[in-house]
Formats: sequence, structure tokens, C-alpha cells
Amino acid sequence: MNGKPSISVIESEIVDEFALFDNWEDKYEYIIDMGKKLPLLSDADKRPENKIRGCQSTVWMVSEYIDGRVWFQADSDAVIVKGLISMLIRVLSGQTATEIIEADMRFIDKIGMSTHLAQTRSNGLRSMIKQMKLDAMAWQAKTTK
Amino acid sequence: MSKNVLSNIDLSAIRQQFPILDRQVKGKQLVYLDNAATTQKPKAVIDTLTDYYSRYNANIHRGIHTLAEEATIAYESTREKVRGFINAKHVEEIIFTRGTTESINLVANSWGRSQLKEGDEIIISTLEHHSNIVPWQLIAKEKGANLRVVPIGDNGEFLFDEYLKLLSANTRMVSVVHASNALGVINPVKQIIEAAHRMGALVMVDGAQSTVHLDIDVQDLQADFFAFSGHKVYGPTGVGVLYGKKEILESMPPFQGGGEMIREVSFKETTFNELPYKFEAGTPNIADTIALGSALDLITSIGKLNIRHHEDELLAYATNALLSIESLRIMGNTPNKVSVCSFVIDGVHPQDIGILLDNQGIAVRTGHHCTQPLMARLGIPGTTRASFAMYNTFEEIDILIAGIQKVIRMMK
Repeated sequence: MNGKPSISVIESEIVDEFALFDNWEDKYEYIIDMGKKLPLLSDADKRPENKIRGCQSTVWMVSEYIDGRVWFQADSDAVIVKGLISMLIRVLSGQTATEIIEADMRFIDKIGMSTHLAQTRSNGLRSMIKQMKLDAMAWQAKTTK
Repeated sequence: MSKNVLSNIDLSAIRQQFPILDRQVKGKQLVYLDNAATTQKPKAVIDTLTDYYSRYNANIHRGIHTLAEEATIAYESTREKVRGFINAKHVEEIIFTRGTTESINLVANSWGRSQLKEGDEIIISTLEHHSNIVPWQLIAKEKGANLRVVPIGDNGEFLFDEYLKLLSANTRMVSVVHASNALGVINPVKQIIEAAHRMGALVMVDGAQSTVHLDIDVQDLQADFFAFSGHKVYGPTGVGVLYGKKEILESMPPFQGGGEMIREVSFKETTFNELPYKFEAGTPNIADTIALGSALDLITSIGKLNIRHHEDELLAYATNALLSIESLRIMGNTPNKVSVCSFVIDGVHPQDIGILLDNQGIAVRTGHHCTQPLMARLGIPGTTRASFAMYNTFEEIDILIAGIQKVIRMMK
């Protein structure tokens, strides 16, 4: 244990937070606020190879592997997307590769954000989750050689 | 402030013909301002589709039975309606395709593959949609031809003098957009065509955005090819038009092989059908083509000039209202535009604007609009685009403006 709560604990925290909102404005203002608070990536990390495809906005993501856990950092030029990334990072960053790979991310539906998972070219949430899981798999493969 | 008294069109009667406009989105009345992507469909189009499949669905042209004859007559009558709609000289100059993209691909592949040679030049402009770039890039690469690009000014205007400098004896084809999908600016296609013809080059006009707004007369323009899509003129998706001058189309080899387009087939040799069937291989999109005819009937009955007048008023009203918003800039500022307002708001990404407007029931388009080279030229990742059709109202523009102001407040 490193003191990081499990995925399911964090997910239910987020679901509880969103339950407080009874209109879309409050919900999105909360996401916008999270987006603004997400630490910025350095310009050096905003390299083409760190870009996630499939988003209308530009999303950069980097990951590192420390003591058996995968840590993510990300940035975007669009604020709502940054807010959504911030939530994904809150849930997945600092977990083990196996936990990340197995996470079902059902909380997104529970907070009413599943439209952002839709398979259209404008929504990148699906691509972000996929990339986080791919990174986790890559770290797992590298470290179990 | 809003007004809704229109000079010559009965807006509420028009809106009643579009059932989807009654829809609620996220608990709000739909405000549909994504007409440059696709227009909504009138009841006449929906009814024609149902009627075709309910009463006379049949494969056309060779059937001997009554249904085949009725379907053939309806299908061919749309060809005549399209001819009249764009004032082509001959009905066989009208070829049905899947849309503008396929029309351009047809010309690039058939004309381009048979005519282009190494060192030839194709001219396009910075304003082009990807579908008027990529087909030419592909064929140019295959044939060793070169693509030349006419630059634009900061307001999105086609730089005519620069175009004249690019024209040369090597120019074989000029393929330009009539009205820009991303900015709404209208290109001086008649002058573009005149200049190209003086150099012996052909001109293809991408009319995907212009056909629904402007009076199209291909004979007056002297266009060699003109393309548009059914779904952007209140018709169904999956049907489009390629107009080509008869003598040019006759000299071109077929685009695709199959049924419909042949006269006689043996394993040694195939002779091809006459125009327009030479370019319509396989069973065509019969239902949607017939329904396109109903869409054109509706436009004609309301009157293109009346529609243009209303859309011009919407454009002027929206432009003024948008410019009253601090930190908002309209991209594409020329005196001659179709009813498209493309804008950026300093410090707010278009995707954020699109998401927050959608939550208010307002449908706009955000992003690069399939014009990445144009966005690169303008130095922006994309825009938010509101595009208006004949059924849009001044109230809807007021709702858009209030919606944008709300977005700005929320993003602060």
C-alpha cells in the first residue's frame, strides 16, 4: 500500500460528488474547474508522440512507472477535456498496471458523462482511457520480462 | 431584440414542413445551426421515400413490368429536375453519384487518369475541403503532375492576382470551391473559370455549399464540371450530382465497371453505354435520388431568391450580434458570403463551446471542418461554425447569442 485509495473507492467518491449537482451547468462548471486545476505538462512533454489520436482537441499524455505503480500526467488545449482527464488521472494514476487494465470505468456512466464516450470523432474520452490502459500494459510487459 | 417578419417567405409554414425541428434536445427546444454539415429533411422528402418503398420499389431501366417503369420515370424525372435546377443544357450531362466527394473522385480518376501527364498542373485553393484536395493529390502523385495552391487573404478571400500568376500553359485543371464550408466566403468562380479557359485549362466547381444558397447556372458560369450533394439541399444522404459538359464527359473513360454502364459485354471486349449511364455503374440509389427531386421541388416552390434573401438577413443579423460579444472574432469576412458564421473566442477552445452549446439544445459544428490546410493558414486549431438554412429564425440566433454568453460566463 502507498496510501492511494483503490479505484473503486475513488470512483464512488466522484459519484457522490456529482450526486450533489442537480443541473448540467453545475456539473460542467465542476469539470471546467477540475480542468483548470490540472497541473500543466511542460512544453517538452507536448511532443507529437505523446499526443492521443481521436480527439477533436489536442491531448498529450505521459506515464511513468514507479515502485510497481503507473503514474499519469496529461494536458489538453480544451478545458472540458482537461477536466475529464483530470478525473481519469484521479482514478487511475498511482494504481498498479493490473488494476488499470482491469478497471471498468463504469463511474463515467453513473455521473452522466457517458455521452463523452460516444464513438464520434469529437469525443476523446474513449481514446484517453484506451491509451492509459495501453500504457499500463506496456509498463507491465517491460517490467515482467 | 429579434424580428421575424419576412419579406417573401412564410417561415412558420416552412418550419412545419420539417418535423425534426419540433425535437427537444437535453430538455430544450432544438436549435439546429449545423446546416452546412447537413440540412434537415422536409416531410415531402420523407414521404417520397416511404411512398417509393411502399408502392413502386423496383430496379430501374431494364424492367418490363409496371413497377420498374414507374420507378424509372420517377428516377429520370429527378435528372431533369436537377438539369433545370442548375440550368444544364442537356439532361445527359447530369450524373448521379453518392455525393460531392464521389463526383470529384470520378473526375480525378476518369479525366485525370486519362488526361494528366508528368509536369501537368492542377490548381486548387487554400479554402478547399479535404475532398477537393485528396483526390487530386492522389492522381497527381500517380501521374507525376503537380498540385498548385492559390493563397487566401486574412479575411478568407481568394487572391485572384495570385491565381493568375499560378495559371500557365501547364495548368490542366482548376478545381475550386464555390462557397467555403468552413468560412462561408463565396469565390468568384465565373472569373476563375474565364481565366482558366483562356489558358486552355478545365474547371471543376465544388458546389457542395453553394447549391442550396445561390442561384446556380452552369452555362452562365461556363463550368466544365460542377458537383453537389443531395443532403445539403434538403435531400437525402447518399445521393449527389456531377454535372459535366457533354463533349468532355463523352471523351472520358468510365469510372467504375459493372451493370447499367455497359452496352454489350463479352469476355473479349465491352462496349460502354451512352451518357449518363456510362458513369452510373450498378443499381443506383433509386429511392434517395427520387426523394432529391422532392427536395428540389420544395426549394423551387419557395423560390431560391426568397430563400437567399431570408438567409442574407439571418447572416447579417447573426454577424452583428456575434460581433457584439467581446473577445469573439469572425473568421471569413468578405462582402459576399453564404449564411455561415465561423468564429473563435479568445481563450476558449471550440470543442468546449460546442459541448456547452449542445447542453443548451444548440447544434453547431466545431473543429477544423475538414479544412486543415485552411485552419493552418489562419493559425487556429478550428472554429465554431453556425450555419443557417431557410427554416432558421431570428429568435434562434438570439438563443445562440445567449448560449455563447453563457458559455463565456461558465468558462471564466
